[in-house]
Amino acid sequence: MMLEVAGLEAFYGEQQALFGVGFDLDTRQVRTLLGANGAGKTTVLRALCGMVRTGGDIRFDGKSISGRATEDIVRLGVAHVPEGRGTFVRLTVEENLQLGAITRRDHTAIAADIEQIYHHFPRLKERRTQQAGLLSGGEQQMLAIGRALMLRPRLLLLDEPSFGLAPLVVEELFAILRRVNLDTGVAMLIVEQNAALALEFAEYAYLIETGRIVMNGPAANIAADEGVRRAYLGY
Amino acid sequence: MQLLLQQIMAGLANGAIYALVALAVVMIFLAIDHLNFAQGEMATFSTFIAWQLIHWGLPYWLAFIAVVAVSFIGGIAIERVLFKPLHHAPILASLVGFIALFSILNSGDGYIWDYTIKEFPTPFGNKPLFGSVLIDTHEAGMIGVTVILLGLLYLFFSGTRLGLAMRAAAANPESARLVGIRVGWMTALGWGLAAAIGAVAGMLIAPVVFLEPNMMFGVLLYGFAGAVLGGLTSPAGAVLGGFAVGVIENLAATFIPYVGRDLKLTIALVVIVAVLMVRPTGIFGRSVMSRV
Repeated sequence: MMLEVAGLEAFYGEQQALFGVGFDLDTRQVRTLLGANGAGKTTVLRALCGMVRTGGDIRFDGKSISGRATEDIVRLGVAHVPEGRGTFVRLTVEENLQLGAITRRDHTAIAADIEQIYHHFPRLKERRTQQAGLLSGGEQQMLAIGRALMLRPRLLLLDEPSFGLAPLVVEELFAILRRVNLDTGVAMLIVEQNAALALEFAEYAYLIETGRIVMNGPAANIAADEGVRRAYLGY
Repeated sequence: MQLLLQQIMAGLANGAIYALVALAVVMIFLAIDHLNFAQGEMATFSTFIAWQLIHWGLPYWLAFIAVVAVSFIGGIAIERVLFKPLHHAPILASLVGFIALFSILNSGDGYIWDYTIKEFPTPFGNKPLFGSVLIDTHEAGMIGVTVILLGLLYLFFSGTRLGLAMRAAAANPESARLVGIRVGWMTALGWGLAAAIGAVAGMLIAPVVFLEPNMMFGVLLYGFAGAVLGGLTSPAGAVLGGFAVGVIENLAATFIPYVGRDLKLTIALVVIVAVLMVRPTGIFGRSVMSRV
């Protein structure tokens, strides 16, 4: 198992945000974490990357990574597309992509990977020399995902990739994520408020409420359970 | 007309030094959001080391390169030892840190090398440049070395992966960590570069103002004025601001009655206050918005 999480707690100052969260994820798998606003979805992703103070156990490839620095966890092959996209707004589109591969040393492969990202997202190629802050919301989301893929990650954490995007753009984005998952085998953990979309995309889902996992199961089952949908997912 | 040109050239020569100091200040400001009040004292300390090496018989340029290297390492050491632990501390704690660094270095200079004024050599000489009355060789050397250094820094920041990583770490530390950049080390590197740039500024200005522990006091003030004028968030702006302050200072001292030599330093403060009143972010700076 690539990622094993058990008894995960997270704290913002004195405030505890997660209470004994457990889940796992293996290579090639796509799983989703669903829940209402403030349930703790983003905190789970931040905890995995060492961006909040945590308790409990997080194992990557069987080795504990709890308490390690964010940059060290990233260097293991964990890419995080954060809430708000984390764009380097004053740098160009291409510099943003190069930064995604900043820990890699294989220079020729990096150039090829940038071309691959441009192939996925032709609009980024058109704007490669522009300041990234001038991109539209959808383009910035593409850039954030492109930047994450430049790491050649083994695990991709996606925080609300559909947020603020037009439905057509969302469809395009998820089609590309699907293709990348099939091509490279990168595992994905995706946090979404758009539960219908996420349940269609992922194979397996976890439901989180006030910092606790309250239900899990194959995405199809959860999507089919009307009680669950009404109680937790609001559609 | 000739007096005007002469004063502009002299202003550009001094302005080169202010530009370097302003750049050093901005480099640290971008990394840690604080003004390094001890920037001038760091430069003075470096210049004293250069004086000592030359005094011991090292050729000028060898001493120059050695001091730049030592200052770079010293800057990194200062960040690691003093300011890394203060990273999450309240602003007043950092302020006290800067004051401590200032007085340690200032007193250190006096303790080791005493307070008497020392002459510092120039490798360029003090003859008129190509027989021109407009500029002498040392002034031309100050401008030349500064331009070369700025060019190298530009190539480093725009053309190398490490330079890109440093820019990313300063612009958006959280995102930088998420692509695996060791942000703490980038900050330390910024300190190293700032210390090395300051050392160059100190060694270039020392033949003009003479070497003593308070040598950089006025220079730092002009450097701050340049940085504020150009914008504390804009390295290129700070450089232009430094040159501008040098020229303004010289022209005011020459052409505005009553200013003269005595009130020259006041010009720097007038520039700072005027910019803060009219355009607090400086000419090329941008305002930083933060969500609360």
